[in-house]
Amino acid sequence: MIKAILIFNNHGKPRLSKFYEHYSEDTEQQIIRETFHLVSKRDENVCNFLEGGMLIGGSDNKLIYRHYATLYFVFCVDSSESELGILDLIQVFVETLDKCFENVCELDLIFHVDKVHNILAEMVMGGMVLETNMNEIITQVDAQNKMEKSEVRIFDHENSQSPSYI
Amino acid sequence: MALKIVKGSIDRMFDKNLQDLVRGIRNHKEDEAKYISTCIDEIKQELKQDNIAVKANAVCKLTYVRSLTFSCNTLFCCTRIGYLAASQCFHESTDVIMLTTNQIRKDLSSPNQYDTGVALTGLSCFVTPDLARDLANDIMTLMSHTKPYIRKKAVLIMYKVFLKYPESLRPAFPRLKEKLEDPDPGVQSAAVNVICELARRNPKNYLSLAPLFFKLMTSSTNNWVLIKIIKLFGALTPLEPRLGKKLIEPLTNLIHSSDSELIVPLSCIAVLISLSSGMPNHSASHVVCVIVKYLGLLAMSKILKTHPKSVQSHKDLILQCLDDKDESIRLRALDLLYGMVSKKNLMEIVKKLMLHVDKAEGTTYRDELLTKIIDICSQSNYQYITNFEWYISILVELTRLEGTRHGHLIASQMLDVAIRVKAIRAFAVAQMATLLDNAHLLTGNTQRNGICEVLYAAAWICGEFSEHLENPLQTLEAMLRPKVATLPGHIQAVYVQNAAKLFATVLRSQEGNTDSTTAQETSQLMIDRLPLFVQSANLEVQERASCILQLVKYIQKLQQKDVEVAEEVSALFAGELNPVAPKAQKKVPVPEGLDLDAWINEPPSESESEDEKPKAIFTKEEPKHSRPRHTEVDEKELARRREARKQEQANNPFYIKASPSSQKVYQETPGVEHIPVVQIDLSVPLKVPGLPMSDQYVKLEEERRQKERAEKKKKEKKKRKEKRSGRGKKHDSGPESEEDITPAHMVDIVTEEMPEVGRSGMNFTEKSSKHKKKKQKKEKEEKEKKKKKKHHHHHHHSDGGGEESVQNGTVEEEEPLPVSLCACVCDIQGNLQDGSQVVVSVIFENKCNSFLKSMEFNVLDSLNSKLQRPEGAGPHDGLTVPFQLPPGVSNEARFVFTVQSIVMPQKLKGTLTFIVKNEDSSTHEKLDFKLHFTCTSYLITTPCYSDAFAKLLESGDLKGSSVRLEGVNMPFHHLLARICFHHHFSVVERIDSCASMYSRSIQGHHVCLLVKTADQTVSIDAKCDEPSLLGNVLDEIKQTFSQC
Repeated sequence: MIKAILIFNNHGKPRLSKFYEHYSEDTEQQIIRETFHLVSKRDENVCNFLEGGMLIGGSDNKLIYRHYATLYFVFCVDSSESELGILDLIQVFVETLDKCFENVCELDLIFHVDKVHNILAEMVMGGMVLETNMNEIITQVDAQNKMEKSEVRIFDHENSQSPSYI
Repeated sequence: MALKIVKGSIDRMFDKNLQDLVRGIRNHKEDEAKYISTCIDEIKQELKQDNIAVKANAVCKLTYVRSLTFSCNTLFCCTRIGYLAASQCFHESTDVIMLTTNQIRKDLSSPNQYDTGVALTGLSCFVTPDLARDLANDIMTLMSHTKPYIRKKAVLIMYKVFLKYPESLRPAFPRLKEKLEDPDPGVQSAAVNVICELARRNPKNYLSLAPLFFKLMTSSTNNWVLIKIIKLFGALTPLEPRLGKKLIEPLTNLIHSSDSELIVPLSCIAVLISLSSGMPNHSASHVVCVIVKYLGLLAMSKILKTHPKSVQSHKDLILQCLDDKDESIRLRALDLLYGMVSKKNLMEIVKKLMLHVDKAEGTTYRDELLTKIIDICSQSNYQYITNFEWYISILVELTRLEGTRHGHLIASQMLDVAIRVKAIRAFAVAQMATLLDNAHLLTGNTQRNGICEVLYAAAWICGEFSEHLENPLQTLEAMLRPKVATLPGHIQAVYVQNAAKLFATVLRSQEGNTDSTTAQETSQLMIDRLPLFVQSANLEVQERASCILQLVKYIQKLQQKDVEVAEEVSALFAGELNPVAPKAQKKVPVPEGLDLDAWINEPPSESESEDEKPKAIFTKEEPKHSRPRHTEVDEKELARRREARKQEQANNPFYIKASPSSQKVYQETPGVEHIPVVQIDLSVPLKVPGLPMSDQYVKLEEERRQKERAEKKKKEKKKRKEKRSGRGKKHDSGPESEEDITPAHMVDIVTEEMPEVGRSGMNFTEKSSKHKKKKQKKEKEEKEKKKKKKHHHHHHHSDGGGEESVQNGTVEEEEPLPVSLCACVCDIQGNLQDGSQVVVSVIFENKCNSFLKSMEFNVLDSLNSKLQRPEGAGPHDGLTVPFQLPPGVSNEARFVFTVQSIVMPQKLKGTLTFIVKNEDSSTHEKLDFKLHFTCTSYLITTPCYSDAFAKLLESGDLKGSSVRLEGVNMPFHHLLARICFHHHFSVVERIDSCASMYSRSIQGHHVCLLVKTADQTVSIDAKCDEPSLLGNVLDEIKQTFSQC
């Protein structure tokens, strides 16, 4: 099981957090802080696995992370997941983001958190890996986006009189 | 501005929160749209306010409105946003979830596959037991949806549903299994995922799927699936060893198959590790290499458990890993080292580790190193240490670590080694004396478990083995320095006590001297310094100090009269401490005529003893117990009782009164904080002159071994010469092996077998093996004798036991009785008050001449029926039979079982363990038995009137069945009595050779019988609302009559 997926930048600003187990808001923030603290002090050329991290559940869990430019992608998993498999999954995730946003950068993640969530939802569901094939993920995400776009047009037309809610 | 804030908070009071909103929407069924639009207007207003809480509330409501209203409009974009928001902010205790069931159900059955998909994804994040129960069926149908996209998600979410609603697993499992062979690889992978997660929790149940996975493994090309299956097999193989053999081939195939991506990292391991040293700056390959390194170390630790030899050959590589920059890798390597040490390489490895201790920056890693060093050295009774002087100096070096939390660990190691290795004591004492002298270096860290704990060990060792001290007076002086008062209380206490020991030693050494000034000066020193401790806030320090102070004053008086006192003073501390094995008490023979099991007074009656037990153990809880029962008890009464209890406690020698721990007292004392804590002056050289460096021992050890080797060679040569002259045989001395390295010091290894007696006792660990052998032989003989006796014993009693009693149709089958206990079930009775309880009464009868005690009754629970155990007991714990059995006595015990279904008879297996005690021996015995719960035992004799009986039969709810018994040769009333007695029926009406009977089960089933007899044939027509219960009862009746 994947317990949590966190993305934060080099300064520890969270860009995406997805917890597959419920924690209180305070704990979630503490976990992000602690994880950043653990991960950021590690060298570039050390291994991508980290044991410990007291908050997110004991000895069975591991942090598996990758660092891309300004962003850290951290997956917290338990022992049922293969380290290499998750490492590969992070790669797939980032490549998918890259395809969907065309040269993804930190700003994309800031302005399109919902899209990132949607992509993630096609890969991981409730803490379990749903799909690892990048083409399949992109097809599904694209199909959904297309549908949404066609709807938004109607929606905007319908509500042209009243201002939008958000 | 302030006004605005006040206004905002007042407004808030009238704001709707989420609950109100939901309630409102439900109350406006007709004009839902209108209501919502007004709500949205409100939300807009709220969003514009400054108050952040109001805003949060507004967003929360908006989220709900979105997820609710817009999915009604079947607009996908809104559904999507709604579920995303819900998945981020809902969790199990969000009570709105209850209201979403129908919405989710609607979305699940939406014609748009993405609506369904989004709903499933959302649900996976906030599924609750209720949702799982309500939606399990919908999701099950989705598992065979035409679109693989939906199938895949539905399969995956099933795991979450299983977690929340375990009952769904059984019906869903066949379909899940089916999905393993789904044509779509995504669905397949999802199914594998789910089953892997399930199998991780309980691998045993999934062994049957192994062939299927085997097929998948050889056919699948999906890496993810492969990884998961391999992980799963990893969990399964320990349960089924045959699987492992089968797996080897496909796994090696997998490694070699060219199309698998796994091959890349695997084949790179060897190449990259060798490359990494040569090409330090190649970062890309380096990253991969580090990953592989980590995984390799992880794998090695697993191999180490089974094949330590194969890992040991990689020692150098692993030692290299200790130099790695990466903490994860270093920690892994440390773990490995523990299993790799041997006599040969211990010193080298520890030397390496010590270097790292010096270099390490983070305290966590340094502490980890420290514990590992001690672990490695002390493992299996210091098996690998050949030179204890070296070990002591390592320990002393470790004390120089700043800020470590493991002072206690080091201290206990010092004590352990000094006590157990006699030859080392002189050296250890010298070291400890230096430590005490330089105590100021250690006292910087007074926090608990800080390094100052070491002083505890140092003081004790110096005092106890003071005869080895070169200059006891100097050490005594060091121990009585005023700074000592800053140490924790328990250490001060040890200081005071051991100062007295040292004092005795000094006196003795000065005895022969004509000039008695030194002795008198020492006494004066003690008298001068001890008052400091007498004032200590710590009770123990205070008590010891004042006691010893008075003693010294008295001694001083005697000294002034020129009386020789040394002999008597040292007698205070005479005797040597020896290590005591944990089970040594067992070896102390019980004095003749003392029977530990016999009552010294009249045994109290059962009920009394039950009452008393909790009183003695949980004295404090008593008021809790009594309060709910006697709520009318007034304060006065309570106070009186409290007083009485206090009195009782005071008189109870076993009641331990709460006393503040010494540590606490120390912390609580005012003024302790004001005592200036000595800071370590950083300019003080870390290497204390006079302390040995452990490194030199490595060299020394090497020399010693070489010498030994040379000697051995000499001897061997001699031997060879002799041999040559004698038989002329050649004998090569091979390379130095493990066993050849003789330890420089012997350790007293205290194990369970070795009898050890405490102070002034004998030490049985003699080096001469002759003694041991003799003793062992003796023991063996004794054991054999015992065995024979036991055998005899069995024969003697086997005729007495073995009786079975049959009553009520319930038989307790007993295996051929080994000894002498006869247990028979006299009754199995249902409990009418509680439809799920059955009480079993068992009579235990002792038929032999020995005393039976410690009887434990245990039954292997089945799914349906369970033995009721006291709270807190595990599901496999036995129940203690609450009595003992002197010869020839019998007693009855009752056991309560909870039963779920009563329609089927049942057999439970169980064991009774007990101790047979004779004059000369006591043996453990075991008795296996089966407990047979017949359906009859669930019936309870209930009277019934004929009109009620007729009504019951007329109602038509009952199903009929009948049975014929042939050749029953007994009067009709006997027959009825038999049915009544054995099967708990009562006669409703009897007319000539025809009778109606009635009984009820503990769960309220009615059982009606119509019994007719004619010419030795009995026909029984029966009706009952539970046909299987009826069938079983009839079968049992039939059996009762076939036996006669």
